[in-house]
Amino acid sequence: MEEKKTCLYDKHVALGALMSPFGGFIMPIQYSSIIDEHNAVRQHCGVFDVSHMGEVRVTGPDAERYVNHIFTNDITDAPQYKIYYGMMCYPDGGTVDDLLVYKMGENDFFIVINAANIDKDVAWMLQNADGLDVKIDHQSDYYGQLAVQGPEAESVVEEVLGLECSELVFYTVKVAHPQPLPNGGEDTSIIISRTGYTGEDGFEIYGSHDYIRAAWDKLIASGKCKPCGLGCRDTLRFEVGLPLYGDELSAEITPIMAGLGIFVKLDKPEFIGRDALAKQKAEGAPKKLVGIELKDKAIPRHGYAVLADGQPIGEVTTGYHCLSVDKSVCMALIDAQYAKLGTEVEVQIRKKTFPGIVVKKKFYEKHHKK
Amino acid sequence: MAKFEQGLYYSESHEYVRVEGNIGIIGISDYAQHALGNVVYVDMPEEDDEVTAGEEFGAVESVKAASDLIAPVSGTVIEVNEALEDQPELINQDAFGAGWIIKVELSDEAELDALMDAAAYEEHCNNEH
Repeated sequence: MEEKKTCLYDKHVALGALMSPFGGFIMPIQYSSIIDEHNAVRQHCGVFDVSHMGEVRVTGPDAERYVNHIFTNDITDAPQYKIYYGMMCYPDGGTVDDLLVYKMGENDFFIVINAANIDKDVAWMLQNADGLDVKIDHQSDYYGQLAVQGPEAESVVEEVLGLECSELVFYTVKVAHPQPLPNGGEDTSIIISRTGYTGEDGFEIYGSHDYIRAAWDKLIASGKCKPCGLGCRDTLRFEVGLPLYGDELSAEITPIMAGLGIFVKLDKPEFIGRDALAKQKAEGAPKKLVGIELKDKAIPRHGYAVLADGQPIGEVTTGYHCLSVDKSVCMALIDAQYAKLGTEVEVQIRKKTFPGIVVKKKFYEKHHKK
Repeated sequence: MAKFEQGLYYSESHEYVRVEGNIGIIGISDYAQHALGNVVYVDMPEEDDEVTAGEEFGAVESVKAASDLIAPVSGTVIEVNEALEDQPELINQDAFGAGWIIKVELSDEAELDALMDAAAYEEHCNNEH
């Protein structure tokens, strides 16, 4: 399959980024080094091209009812400009995708989905709209997206991009109308939210390709913001226990197994997957996502076996030598009976097994602005 | 730009051998460390282990992924670079020097004939793109 390019592809190549396929796109993995970029986001500020993410706008008289039908979180009477995280699930509780729902107005929702799932998600959304008066507008080709992340993100966005954002609280959004672009590009509105996937304060900015290209150039030229690739995006999200679809969530891994039950509102009267998820919550999930900390420095990777008393009990979903705490740690989906904190397990790494202990699946504390 | 040190023997899988008498010092090339990025862990054999040309003898792990180490020659491990246990980044800083991985007593020097010299290896790397 030919990978798609984001609107910033040429700029990544010019910066000498290591490019690699991800989610159907050819994306920058790193510019300098994953460790330098990771530390820039933890300590200062980094900018990511996340234009590969998909966007869907849902409007119409039944929009709220429809989103509540396909989404595990509850957006009933949501305040305007509030953002909700949750999942779309299959009737058996397996996960279609995890997503953000932005309430832009009465019966007007902006939905952000994972790049790798765009085609599947849009098909799922369309096929579950029967009998409802909604317009489902797939806008992924229109929007580019930047994530500006790190403790200095607010001042960078305000000073370099001239976007007022200090009043935005975590998980809220606003629409802005930036000045006309220097290249004469069309002046259209942009969407800016205080969200991210790094565990740090930060913003995600959605706009036309012209706007996103101009904003990227300004951010890089300012020297206040390091270009960051998907390599450190993964180490950053992993350290704070955020799931990645395909690793910690899948058609086989329900939000309950993944420990994301707080985003599944079982008191809602109806949504796809509700009955299966309610049953799983009541009876206990057969497998659970846990953190495992190894005593050794060997690194557990996706797919490696987890053992107890020499018997396989599950698999590593994501693992790293955790950059912020200098330990080898992983998330793993294992038989629920071994999921208690402090349980001793082993991870098979190549020919050897290494002892580890079940810990919380958050290896580094988040630093969000409340 | 990656360095291609003269006088070493290189394998297609990017290991090098520096020959000193009947001893081979094995590491990964500067080109390989560039491609891997930050090295954070090296899985090494132990002294007295036997390694066999063409077979895996450990792994180099970057932040992102594990890459198998393939022995370019056969022999008995006489020393492992213990400095890599605490400073795996030596491979990034000095792949051909302080970032060496193991020393082996060569069991068959004729195996060196199957490896590439610096010029041939550089050509091999250029063709990988």
